[in-house]
Amino acid sequence: MIKWLGGVGKEEDVVVSTRLRLARNMANYKFPEFMTEEEGELVTSEVLNSVRDNAEDSLYRFYRIKDLSDIEKKVFVEEHLISPNLSERTANGSFLISNDEKSTIMINEEDHIRIQVLLPGLDFNHGWEVSSRLDDLLEKEIEYAYHEQFGYLTACPTNAGTGLRASAMLHLPCLAMTGHLNSIIEGLGKIGLTARGLYGEGSKVSGYLFQISNQTTLGETEEDIIKKLNKVVLQIVSRERSTRVFMLDKKHTEIEDKVFRSLGILNYSRIISSAEAMNHLSNIKLGCDLGLIDDINSKKIVSLMMDIQPASIQKSSNTSMSEEERDVYRAQVIRNNLINMEV
Amino acid sequence: MLCQVCGKNDATVHFTKIINGNIEEIHLCSSCAKENKDLEFSFDFPFSFQKLFTGLIDSVQDKGVQEKDITCECGLTYKEFLESGKFGCAKCYDTFRGDMDSLLKGIHGHNRHEGKIPSGTKDKMLQKRAIESLKSELEQSIKIEDFERAAYLRDEIKKLREKTKDI
Repeated sequence: MIKWLGGVGKEEDVVVSTRLRLARNMANYKFPEFMTEEEGELVTSEVLNSVRDNAEDSLYRFYRIKDLSDIEKKVFVEEHLISPNLSERTANGSFLISNDEKSTIMINEEDHIRIQVLLPGLDFNHGWEVSSRLDDLLEKEIEYAYHEQFGYLTACPTNAGTGLRASAMLHLPCLAMTGHLNSIIEGLGKIGLTARGLYGEGSKVSGYLFQISNQTTLGETEEDIIKKLNKVVLQIVSRERSTRVFMLDKKHTEIEDKVFRSLGILNYSRIISSAEAMNHLSNIKLGCDLGLIDDINSKKIVSLMMDIQPASIQKSSNTSMSEEERDVYRAQVIRNNLINMEV
Repeated sequence: MLCQVCGKNDATVHFTKIINGNIEEIHLCSSCAKENKDLEFSFDFPFSFQKLFTGLIDSVQDKGVQEKDITCECGLTYKEFLESGKFGCAKCYDTFRGDMDSLLKGIHGHNRHEGKIPSGTKDKMLQKRAIESLKSELEQSIKIEDFERAAYLRDEIKKLREKTKDI
């Protein structure tokens, strides 16, 4: 199972995960897009030294983007451990990852430092605690680019101020099916929040998974940002739940059919694309969370959603495959997993 | 639908021309649209999100807030910033300071940071604020000719300044 999903989270029937990201820069270097490879190396070693001196070395693994194969890079992205943007920074990009895989320190992404904390379920407060602690640890030896009026300075002015982007990944099949989601997404924009697809900015919505995050980063404290997000997420969670209850009551057979049809397809298909698999896994997850399926753990379905992405499938097979071969292997991985999940 | 001019690419630009009541619909691909003289307004391919928010600055340009030919010490020119919407280094925020307030306010609705302060900076900032408040008190004492108090305040400011240097 995906490591960072470990542990018990809150509201897990709807909220898959909570993510916090802090953007930080050093005062004395040009931003990553403008710096030389030597400067990039200096930034990297400053971060590594600060972690080495102030945290237990053994808690983190270190990777350079240029040392990773294409597949390995993509797997880190598919598991949400690094950003798609970092995976393209072959010249200077690198990252530290904690052993529980819940924290990542990305180096030379769009900013010198991007701290990410990923937790299962809904938990903005704990996420902020962990990321702020990591931030304090780095700051012991690093001089941050900080402006009295504008706060933490970032390469893109849309991240300046707190540098905080907090998001929750929500599974909203019933709000989406009933068409209520559009008005919610419109409403989010009006209060400075935004909804995105599974892999963040510009990514497609897949498996009815949506990331709700703050749009602006300047002018509100971190506590206020996460408080507002938490409130709104809880409201959406309660609306999704009531829609689920409503549908279970009024459209019981239709919902059952959807769930078990998907289970049937995944149990018996021999060729399947990741997009199709995501849809069926989403239906099965809904079935688990509604209590229609009681012998499969809903969280294992979430983990499987990441394991069946193209690069992850490629990596687990240990061979190089064409797209068609991958679709065949994916169907096999899903069948095996579903059999093993049953109690 | 294929482009009417080249007939090869998909038409992505669609426009309606009305001249003296004659209506003509035209469908072009992006490269043929660039060449078309009827389309006088410039096309920005691909549409840039950055331009959308650096456009926030343009709206206040008329006031002559920012000189166009400023270059930051990192080498980034103001024009380049407007094109890309990205800064070259932390100092750009001060180099292009004239437009920062309106830009940040346009993006975030605010232009003053609230929230976390790096602990190193925090001490420095508190000292700085303390010095400023002593300074205004000093001016006040001089005004009312309380020289004894003024001398005391001057020494306090000096002490604080020395201390700030050590941080």
